Amino acid sequence: MALVKFTLNGKAQTVDAAPAMPLLWVLRDQLGLTGTKFGCGMSLCGACTVHINGQAVRSCVTPISTVAGKTVVTIEGLSANSNHPIQQAWVEQDVPQCGYCQSGQIMTASALLAKTANPSDADIDEAMHGNICRCGTYDMIRSAIHRAAEIARTEGGRR
Amino acid sequence: MTATVNRRGFLKTGAATAGGLLVSFYLPEQTRLAAAATTAKLNAFVHVSPDDTVTLFIHKAEMGQGTVTSLSMLLAEELECDWSKIRTEFPGVSTEYGPYQGVFGSQSIRTSWMTLRRAGATAREMLIQAAAQQWNVDKSRCRAENGSVINADSNARLSFGSVAEGAAKLPAPSNVTLKNPAQFHLIGKPTKRLDTSGKVNGSARFGLDVRVPEMLHAVVERSPVFGGKVATFDATKTKTIPGVKEVVPISNGVAVVADNTWSAMEGRRVLQIKWDEGAVASVSSTGISKNFVEYSQKPGAVARKTGDSAAALQSASKKVEAVYETPFLAHAPMEPLNCVAHVRADACEVWASTQGQSAARDEAVRITGLAPDKVKVYSEFMGGGFGRRARADYIGEAVEVSKAIGAPVQVTWSREDDLQQDFYRPAAYGRFTAGLDADGWPTALSARLICPPFGGLSNGVARTGVEGIVDLIYSIPNVLVDYHALDPGIPVSYWRSVGYSQNTFFLESFIDEIAHASGKDPLELRLRLLQNAPRLKAVLELAADKFGWSKPLPAGHGRGIAVVNNIGSFTAQVVEASIDRGKLRVHRVVCAVDCGYAVNPSGIDQQIRSGIVFGLSALKGGITIDRGRVLQQNFHQYDVLHMDEMPSVEVHVLPTPNNPGGIGEASTPGIVPAVANAIFAATGKRIRKLPVSAEELA
Repeated sequence: MALVKFTLNGKAQTVDAAPAMPLLWVLRDQLGLTGTKFGCGMSLCGACTVHINGQAVRSCVTPISTVAGKTVVTIEGLSANSNHPIQQAWVEQDVPQCGYCQSGQIMTASALLAKTANPSDADIDEAMHGNICRCGTYDMIRSAIHRAAEIARTEGGRR
Repeated sequence: MTATVNRRGFLKTGAATAGGLLVSFYLPEQTRLAAAATTAKLNAFVHVSPDDTVTLFIHKAEMGQGTVTSLSMLLAEELECDWSKIRTEFPGVSTEYGPYQGVFGSQSIRTSWMTLRRAGATAREMLIQAAAQQWNVDKSRCRAENGSVINADSNARLSFGSVAEGAAKLPAPSNVTLKNPAQFHLIGKPTKRLDTSGKVNGSARFGLDVRVPEMLHAVVERSPVFGGKVATFDATKTKTIPGVKEVVPISNGVAVVADNTWSAMEGRRVLQIKWDEGAVASVSSTGISKNFVEYSQKPGAVARKTGDSAAALQSASKKVEAVYETPFLAHAPMEPLNCVAHVRADACEVWASTQGQSAARDEAVRITGLAPDKVKVYSEFMGGGFGRRARADYIGEAVEVSKAIGAPVQVTWSREDDLQQDFYRPAAYGRFTAGLDADGWPTALSARLICPPFGGLSNGVARTGVEGIVDLIYSIPNVLVDYHALDPGIPVSYWRSVGYSQNTFFLESFIDEIAHASGKDPLELRLRLLQNAPRLKAVLELAADKFGWSKPLPAGHGRGIAVVNNIGSFTAQVVEASIDRGKLRVHRVVCAVDCGYAVNPSGIDQQIRSGIVFGLSALKGGITIDRGRVLQQNFHQYDVLHMDEMPSVEVHVLPTPNNPGGIGEASTPGIVPAVANAIFAATGKRIRKLPVSAEELA
């Protein structure tokens, strides 16, 4: 066991965990942040996606020891009132069905939007390829990302 | 510490959502009691609070199919409540909700269409009666509208909340008049889902998110060979893993219990188990395929005999023959299976994302020996189900582990567990023969179907193995369908659209083969053979029209069609596909569906898209058995559809004045043959075996 300090959703966080324990399980089982989902454990489905220093990262294969000193944002910390442009667009377009993969979809999509303000379909394919949705919300996700880009533009780039 | 934090987190969430337009989940007992004390129960489905909040109890579980929203619409349509003031709750298992609670077979709307409208109307009449008594007028002078009762003479209003307490004391009217569909203002209107807000900020609680005080985490090592038993095990190394608390044998394996999921998984990794593998250890997919061919040579149990197909085949001008084969398929819902159970001496609680609430309760009763009323099952949001969560095996495991350790425990399945310990869509084989007359029209069809049976045999025939063929949609005068129950010991069960999933691939591919053999247009041939199936004919014409069937396609692209009548609904799909450097590209899908009254057209649109994606994945993936084991371990080996492969999809809902059909499984069967037929049109290559292999397309 080792103490690891990092910033989680804007606040200083210290956890005592086995160094190899993936961030996913620290979030879910130690910190009670269950919005980040377990789907495959091998970085194959994207359900566990969080932001680490602004990058979309698969928390299921990220040992907690590698997070020391970094800034982690989970779905719970993406926005103050569920009002990130991606979340707004998701609600507006009724994207989720079962909803289980959507935390990961939203975290990947919001990282894309932070980098690429006006993503093309090809940008979306490339960024979202690793996020599986078994309910098949892909076309809704695609249109909601385009919509979120619009919302972000009209909000004057608040992100 | 963990439990306290989580519990506080949950209570905070609960408070934030109270009173709003929100879906609520399991409430801690105290909160539930407090709410119940002020809320008037009009019936099992409708409770009204003094603040005018209407709580609708959704007795069917939510796995993404939109049940929370569509069932609320049925209730609210007749109740005349204010849609912005409803909240929903999943109740436990109770006979108030019928003899058996569960969600499968796309039945939620079909089985709730009358009962929930009646429940809404009954509650409405009680509220009207209570208001009429307060005004001292006859209830015929009062009506309900948008959450209030209105006095037609005085235009006075009383909100539902203000009369609910009195209404709850009135006897429920035995006879209520339901609206004429022309009066619907909610049913038929595209309505946004009620469960979206919690699904975009991480607060929606799925089974895997359940946290109860003092809860431990467990994983179970099960026999890699189906039906195998633990011979001996050695947990010495497991117990050295920090966090591991206990290692307990259960009926189907060995459970490793820890204070977090990761430690339990790490403990399992070093667990030593010797297995008695049993008879299935000699079973492999190649052997099953060989058996299919052998069985296909001899007659099976007759499932349908119309006319004399043998004679008609003899006298046919031309014969068409083909064999098709499909693999075992896993369900692979995004949320791996899991369950929390807490067994005490005199009670048992189960928190589960399950399609079978009653089955979950029964499984817990069986294992604990408790009376049914001592077992509580709390429904959680499901991260997908697709039929897998209708089984109660994963419920039983958690109950067994909790019983063994005397503490609440969450059993979590890994993705590997999920893919390797499923109850699969059966591998299947179909041998088809058709006889054509001199003009190329089919006069005889013979179909021999072979697959592992489930759901019971009747005269040697499993309905789940022959549906889609035995209820042949086409007008062909001579038909013989027979069936072999080949059971190699691999667990099989319901998979989204069940027997229709493979049999529609067989039939609709074969109809296409008939069309090409007789030089006819696949659309024309179908339209003629659907002369006695007007609802199918109508959706086929609509889909073909919206697609532009006769318009030219880019070079190298092909179009394919398929129709199906399952779960009480009628679906047609037209697909445009091509092969691009050996890779299948599905460009466009146009789907038309007639599911009778369309309760929530936007929910139907979602489900049609969803079923299409699920079917497209069936073109790619397959489960392979080798020495009684599943070879595929995770998503790198069990391929499903990804974002970049998503075609453009157009859905056209054709509402008809018929009782609603199901929708969750409507589009899954047809997409597979529609694509296969489009591949043939594009390349001349006929896909008769799934998954579609790269070699075949090369």
